[in-house]
Amino acid sequence: MLIQLAWRNVWRNKRRTVITLSSIFFAVLLALFMRSMQLGSYENMIRNSVEFYSGYIQIHKTGYWEDKSINKMMVESDSLKATILNAPNVEFYIPRLESFVLAASDEISKGIVVVGTAPKKENRMTKLADRVQEGSYFKSDTRGVMVAEGLANYLELGLGDTLVMIGQGYHGVNAVDQYPITAILKFPNPQANDNMVYMPIELAREFNSALGLSTALVLSVDDIDQIKNTKQHLISKLGSEYEVMDWTEMQPELVQLIQSDNAGGIIMLGILYLVIAFGIFGTIMMMSMERNREFGVLVAVGMRRRKLSLLVTLETFIIGVLGLKVSLVAGILLLLYMHYHPIPLTGNAAEAMLKMGIEPIMPFSLDPMIFISQMLAILVIVLVCLAYPLTKIMNLKAIAALKH
Amino acid sequence: MSIIKLINIDKTYNPDTIPVHALSDLNLEFKQGEFTAIVGPSGCGKTTLLNIIGGLDQPTSGKVIIDGTDLSTLDRGQLIDFRLQNIGFVFQDYSLLPVLTARENTEFIMQLQKQPKKKIKERVVTLLREVGLEDKLNVYPTKLSGGQQQRVAVARALASKPKFVLADEPTANLDSHSTSDLLDIMLKLNREENITFIFSTHDQRVIDKARRIIMLEDGKIAKPELVKQEVI
Ligand SMILES: Nc1ncnc2c1ncn2[C@@H]1O[C@H](COP(=O)(O)OP(=O)(O)OP(=O)(O)O)[C@@H](O)[C@H]1O
Ligand SMILES: [Mg+2]
Repeated sequence: MLIQLAWRNVWRNKRRTVITLSSIFFAVLLALFMRSMQLGSYENMIRNSVEFYSGYIQIHKTGYWEDKSINKMMVESDSLKATILNAPNVEFYIPRLESFVLAASDEISKGIVVVGTAPKKENRMTKLADRVQEGSYFKSDTRGVMVAEGLANYLELGLGDTLVMIGQGYHGVNAVDQYPITAILKFPNPQANDNMVYMPIELAREFNSALGLSTALVLSVDDIDQIKNTKQHLISKLGSEYEVMDWTEMQPELVQLIQSDNAGGIIMLGILYLVIAFGIFGTIMMMSMERNREFGVLVAVGMRRRKLSLLVTLETFIIGVLGLKVSLVAGILLLLYMHYHPIPLTGNAAEAMLKMGIEPIMPFSLDPMIFISQMLAILVIVLVCLAYPLTKIMNLKAIAALKH
Repeated sequence: MSIIKLINIDKTYNPDTIPVHALSDLNLEFKQGEFTAIVGPSGCGKTTLLNIIGGLDQPTSGKVIIDGTDLSTLDRGQLIDFRLQNIGFVFQDYSLLPVLTARENTEFIMQLQKQPKKKIKERVVTLLREVGLEDKLNVYPTKLSGGQQQRVAVARALASKPKFVLADEPTANLDSHSTSDLLDIMLKLNREENITFIFSTHDQRVIDKARRIIMLEDGKIAKPELVKQEVI
């Protein structure tokens, strides 16, 4: 009986209810759109920059990340291998041997990063083969190097030319050799494009006199949301000999960028919700003010204040839930569409993103938290708005209300 | 036996600022089956008296005893329940819920009493027939005339099987035709079902139909009280 009465009361002033519902509708839709776009772009940034090179989790010999010393390398022992591959959520890992050398052509030289890696696994995770502009993607027995395009241009070298590398190998051994260029790689990120050389890991080990050693093991995971668990598991299994780092530790600038941008988004959201809160509050206030006499009559003829409060609570929730229902349905449809049809970006923004190695699209996230938090926000607003009519009912004097 | 006893009732509004003595030293009793009009000039205290009998307002001093219960012993919630079970109210402006039909408005009180569904259905149809609205069961108040709305209000007041019905100027908003219709219905219910009505009025034609008339003047009973003998 109360539910039916509440429902009819909600529709007593159709126009006002429709206006209130539409304000909830547009606000929630806008909030969903904003949040989805924001979180989507973070996911995109993370995916692009993490999957481009660092991976979500890396394991090093303890202390390696700090000084990147070639002397802090580790042996890929069977037990280490087993521990990693048996850890929850780990798909596979790539062994890498990174070193810093002087690269030279006949007249020019430059400090660069040489990455020794496992060709197949590297491609599986970072899609390195897609970067090949000229030549062919390396195999594990290729005796040559793949040079980034910017670096090749700087050194005035091309496909088939010879690259000389001079460095310091494991435990101070001289590392000097020369290799044919078997591929030119093009990276959108200028940092990478001007500095990177790839070679098969066995060749890199040979160059550095570091047989069987790696500087980093880069883990590929199944579920990005489970990274913390995987990391904790590995830390407890591996002990202090190794350091296990996730992407937030390896790329603190990215984390910071996301955090500051996110804070701005949350402030916008707060303002938006303040606006809807006033709309809902106004409606609820009007609904109870103009019915003051009716409330008096109901209490006079025998309706307990508690029951009357329940009635008004139901009315308020009907408005909140109806508003949420239509906006969530529309929001889910909209975001599903946007998720599969992200907005391509052009112009300066696109260029800036390309330089950071990020795909220039405006992707949309479908993280369920986006929807849940909008629901919670509306429900909290409704609850807060209820305080007004409920205190009014609790303090209602029937005769005063009956007197108009 | 008296169902309502008022003992030494005083009512002073705003006792701390500008006191208004609305009722002074009032002693009254009402018996089951009465059809009583409370009359007197504007401001004499009719509404105040009805509000005190109905437990909507408390006297400054004195006791209201209804069917053996001293209203001052009930707390706020108990008082509401007491009204629900014992008192029917008819208001000058009908005060029906606009979102409920004639039938639903009448059912509402019984639903508050948590009566069984079947009983509610039967009684409501009977009541609306008694007030001559059997063909308006599913009509909303806005589609009814003032007189018809007030008849629904009478049906609603009776739905809870109250010990008595209080009506503050029930005909003040009605034309003379609707007034006499309503009065006839109330009289019939009074005669045939022994329903107790206590109402206030300014209207001489309504006063003429009352069987007991209480004249108030400045919050006191202007003697002598008039009790008519049954005419039939
Ligand atoms: N809430 C109040 N505060 C102060 N004074 C009041 C209040 N209600 C009524 N009064 C005063 O008490 C006296 C009796 O008022 P009451 O409303 O009972 O008269 P009434 O006989 O019903 O008049 P009417 O015929 O105009 O309805 C009047 O002088 C009125 O001004
Ligand atoms: Mg009055």
